[in-house]
Amino acid sequence: MKTLNKILAVLAVSLIAFNCSNNDDDQGMMPEPDFSGTFSQEDQMGRPAINTVFVASADKDMFNVTVPSNQDAAFQSKFQSNLMALSPAFENPGDMNALGQDAAAFTGLLATDVLNVSLDGTTTFYDGTNVLTGRALGDDVITVELLLIFGGEDFMENPGLSNDNVDANDKTFLTSFPYLASPH
Amino acid sequence: MKNLKTVLGIGVIALAVFFIVAADHIDAPAVQGGNSDITDFYAFQGENTDNLVFVANLQGLLSPSVTSAALFDENVLVEFNIDTDQDNVEDLVIQAIPKDGKMYFFGPVAPSQTGLKSTIETQAITGGVVDISSYGASPKITSNEGMKFFAGPRDDPFFMDFAQYSEIIAGNATSFNSPGADTFKGTNVMSVVVEVPKSMIGGSGTINTWVESKRK
Repeated sequence: MKTLNKILAVLAVSLIAFNCSNNDDDQGMMPEPDFSGTFSQEDQMGRPAINTVFVASADKDMFNVTVPSNQDAAFQSKFQSNLMALSPAFENPGDMNALGQDAAAFTGLLATDVLNVSLDGTTTFYDGTNVLTGRALGDDVITVELLLIFGGEDFMENPGLSNDNVDANDKTFLTSFPYLASPH
Repeated sequence: MKNLKTVLGIGVIALAVFFIVAADHIDAPAVQGGNSDITDFYAFQGENTDNLVFVANLQGLLSPSVTSAALFDENVLVEFNIDTDQDNVEDLVIQAIPKDGKMYFFGPVAPSQTGLKSTIETQAITGGVVDISSYGASPKITSNEGMKFFAGPRDDPFFMDFAQYSEIIAGNATSFNSPGADTFKGTNVMSVVVEVPKSMIGGSGTINTWVESKRK
């Protein structure tokens, strides 16, 4: 079977041939790059700001090397304690956010730090209608998270804490690949 | 950047438990400020709605003056993980690994092992390669079998009034300002962007996805 490695080697040769006019000793064959070795995890991320907001300082490195399928068991109760201490909107039993989640349900969702993405349509962290169907570049994810943490059942509680009032990026995104704006 | 790190240092001391740095910028001691530090992860429907786009950003808070010298580390693998059956274990990965000025992509492919350790899935029959784009030049993009590939410096798409959040958490303020100030305005990141036909990653329904950095 033709492996990707060979395909890539061919692509690399064609790129070299196309781009490099000063390659005097081009032998017409690229050595395959060395992709050997074992790579060990250092950082991971699913939803925005989870490690930074909900994980205690002493646990931050451990969170980054706990596989998602083990994160709920390792971190949900800690997340719940932290949420109830952080937000007045969750300090009383029965308090919920605007998704109808109490502290246990909300942190049960967040502790497994994966991004849920729909393959069937709109992809957004939250757009007023769709919830957690992806994350688009323009999504105001921090305000969404602040609202869910501080905004209470109706997004009306703690208004000074539930919106950072930065609603958009400083550069316009592209409509086409690679979508992100050019660097400053 | 130095100011922000100074602020961050104060914030950590004053607070010890809660502080937002950003989406995931400088999120933990072992990775902060290094070239494996993931700043953000995005997954969204492409311009072609049959495709999904994955974005991993690394090395946050690059000022324009240092961006041209920023490099991907050849010992750091960026791995997009895709769970298609709702058990939060990756069924497919897309790996991005830099070599000699190019970013090589392998996958989507079932990984030979799941979890915290990876080898490069060179047996994958899908993937591609792209020259890493240079600062100040037009982005270099390649396509292969319906996939598109990019790697290089871009504007940090993340926005937040981190400075005021720090003031609130530190007890020096009781609310955000209106309007707020985007702490990440004018800063860059190192981006890896891959667009993939949805048919290669489950076709329909909901996937769970996350990004990892792994070092050799």
